Amino acid sequence: MSALLEVKNLAIRREKRLVLEVDYLSVEEGQVLAVIGPNGAGKSTLLLALSRLLKSDSGQVTFRGEPIEAMDELEYRRRIGLVLQEPLLLNGSVFENVAMGLRFRRAARSEVNQRVEEWLARLNISHLRDRSVRRLSGGEAQRVSLARAFALQPEVLMLDEPFSALDAPTRSRLLEDFQALLAATSITTLFITHDLDEALYLADQVAVLLQGRLRQAGSIQQVFNAPADADVAAFVGVETVIAGRVVTYSEGRVIVQVNGLRLEAVGELAVGREVMFCLRPEDVTLWLEDNSPSSSARNRLSGRIVRMTPQGPLARVVLDCGFPLVALITRASAQEMGLGEGQLATAAFKASAVHLIPR
Amino acid sequence: MGLIWEGIRNAVLLMFSGYSEVWEITLLSLQVSLLATGISLIIGLPLGTWLALGQFKGRHFFLSVINTGMALPPVVVGLWVSILLWRSGPLGDLHLIYTPAAMVIAQTIIAAPMVTGLTVIALQQLNPRLRLQLLGLGASHTQMILALWKQARLPLLAALMAGFGAVISEVGASMMVGGNILHQTRVLTTAIVLETGKGEFAMAMALGFILLFLAYLVNATLTWIQQRDVQR
Amino acid sequence: MKRYSTLWYVISLLLVAAIGLAACSQATTQNTPAPAATGGSPTAIVRTSAKDLILSTTTSTQDSGLLDVLIPAFQQASGYTVKTASVGSGQALKMGQDCNADVLLVHSPTDEKTFMDAGYGSDRRLVMHNDFIVVGPNTDPANVQATHSAVDAFTAIANAKATFISRGDKSGTNSKELALWKKANITPQGDWYQESGQGMGPTLKIANEKNAYTLTDRATYLATRDNLDSLVIVLEGDNNLLNVYHVILVNPAKCTKLNVDGAKAFADYVVSAEGQALIGKFGVDKYGQALFTPDAGKTDADLGLK
Repeated sequence: MSALLEVKNLAIRREKRLVLEVDYLSVEEGQVLAVIGPNGAGKSTLLLALSRLLKSDSGQVTFRGEPIEAMDELEYRRRIGLVLQEPLLLNGSVFENVAMGLRFRRAARSEVNQRVEEWLARLNISHLRDRSVRRLSGGEAQRVSLARAFALQPEVLMLDEPFSALDAPTRSRLLEDFQALLAATSITTLFITHDLDEALYLADQVAVLLQGRLRQAGSIQQVFNAPADADVAAFVGVETVIAGRVVTYSEGRVIVQVNGLRLEAVGELAVGREVMFCLRPEDVTLWLEDNSPSSSARNRLSGRIVRMTPQGPLARVVLDCGFPLVALITRASAQEMGLGEGQLATAAFKASAVHLIPR
Repeated sequence: MGLIWEGIRNAVLLMFSGYSEVWEITLLSLQVSLLATGISLIIGLPLGTWLALGQFKGRHFFLSVINTGMALPPVVVGLWVSILLWRSGPLGDLHLIYTPAAMVIAQTIIAAPMVTGLTVIALQQLNPRLRLQLLGLGASHTQMILALWKQARLPLLAALMAGFGAVISEVGASMMVGGNILHQTRVLTTAIVLETGKGEFAMAMALGFILLFLAYLVNATLTWIQQRDVQR
Repeated sequence: MKRYSTLWYVISLLLVAAIGLAACSQATTQNTPAPAATGGSPTAIVRTSAKDLILSTTTSTQDSGLLDVLIPAFQQASGYTVKTASVGSGQALKMGQDCNADVLLVHSPTDEKTFMDAGYGSDRRLVMHNDFIVVGPNTDPANVQATHSAVDAFTAIANAKATFISRGDKSGTNSKELALWKKANITPQGDWYQESGQGMGPTLKIANEKNAYTLTDRATYLATRDNLDSLVIVLEGDNNLLNVYHVILVNPAKCTKLNVDGAKAFADYVVSAEGQALIGKFGVDKYGQALFTPDAGKTDADLGLK
């Protein structure tokens, strides 16, 4: 699979401040890449640079091997499809809006009609065909906006937070439909989101952008379970991040000293190396002290529960075992075990769940 | 009160009696003002678009000049244009003074800043990301601008109506550069001044009502276009 | 909150300024003549205090500049404040008829007679006269300078179809012009005869730009001569060209809200020795000749008028 889009050493400044810095990023043909990061991280800037709507101060973006700066601007823009945040629809009917991009390209009327009808159907909004855009709900408007881009059948689809302004049920329905469409069409897609779950659900590859800099790009597994640094770890939801040092190494198994405790992990690191000890809360098992069943988990810690916060059907538990250890368990289990703040509990996690980041 | 009622009645009679002088004056009023408004549109729409969407160094300065232009007193415009067009003036050899062309020139100078300034506002109140989205869908710059104009149709038509309203009712500049010459440069507004000066108030009122009716016709048409598919 | 208090401060400052300005303009006794070009309007007249009186006069009188000397002198001597409406003769007389003015200073004898006969005026007195002149391009295409009377001049112009600008506004000057055409037994029509529908100043300007002939009062011509680079006097001195001014008191029997005392004071002043002296001296230092001849006390017959 060849790289459809490649970004090398891209840098964009605004009033002397560096707002975007990407050393290397590539999107393969047929791939779905999610660019994630908190608000203001520079994600929209990246999208605009890739669509050639913003000039970069240095660096290069290539499309199928050809630098986009060298291509005819209009021709390049007509090979991509851009969907910005908020469905920016023009006065008129749904049909007219979905047909807009095709009409810009002076497509034949029959082709316009056929494609618009097709994509209205695939986004389940055929019944809204003649409705004025003023009378659409948020979800319907977003579908129109998506249909408008899909109808172009572009070589690469670029979306800026397409689902962020929707309420939960609308969002989940749209996400499902969108995922089905991506799978069916194998269209190369690049989308921006600050929502990790969206990235998890839709994307093959993830790129993490923090404070304008690209920190890590790779498969979801890589980014979520092996974050490149502490900031990325924090962003992707690795909640336990503690400084430590490698004290023993033997055939892929490592012992790390963290806060006076010796914990087992997996990795290739030299003794004496300073590391960040990272652990996802989902990988921690909890039970009330002394009721410990036998478990294959090599790491066991005891401590007092200092905080328990409900998170929907789950409960987030912070255990003080010399350092704050965060665990995520179901509320049902918490209730069953009678866990509560102030209680003494034991936590266990596998060595393989630990991720070490050299510092 | 009687004067007003008499005025309306006379206005209707005048319009339908085919009194040729009145028709001539009315037609000239329309021709001059519509032409001036049209030229203002041709100048003002692109200029206003450029000022609204462009990013260049002197932009704020140009905008304030245009906004000042909106407040130009028409008589001052008349004075300057007269000075330019008099035989003793720099453009005297064009022999434009006291012709309908001179009136069109003066009225265009009055209406153009208005149309330009209001175009700027019309486009600035659109979502700034709309421009980027249109380009991102493959619009050429021309297509993008046409789409934005269509999207801002309501305030743009209002700008046109404002420009037309300003010049059809204008009297100072028209008097100075046109001369109010019968069969040549007499328009409704200058004729009203003349009839009032003669003490012929009834006639003046009648002409006034014709002028109002004219303004209503043009604006009603523009309003119809403007509101055509505005959903309630 | 700090922002709002600044706003209120500015608003109140503006209000105070506005009120102050309004009060000042009331206090100054300078009359405010309406702009000559547009001829003023009856709606500018407001019922005012006993110290105010409304003088309705013509644009030519205003354009000559005489009123800028006469009115302040009268105001100082009498204590009255004069509001001058300088409009076309037709409108001036109509204002008197509609009770929108207290006193009239006009120069349209035929129309004035009609006015007096209908009872709209209670007193009419001769004040002064100046004369009309025919002006035209220095090239004189109709050879008017060879003629010796106004009637012959007009005939020559009509025969040559030389461009002639008429005021066409029922003013005193216009009436005189039309009377002359009648005397010459000519009905002026055609492309050469154009009606400006404006005051004397603008009409002269038009004649200048178009290299045309026109009939004008001497005073306005002299006053604007410097701006008229190609007009010269082509005929003057004909008895038919006398322009006679009368002061008329609007009849209080027909109108209720008149400032009768003020009107009378004004009329008395312009025919008084002081007023007449001012009239007789006006223009001498600027143009080398007096623009008007004071005539108070004489009758119409003395001037050769019917």
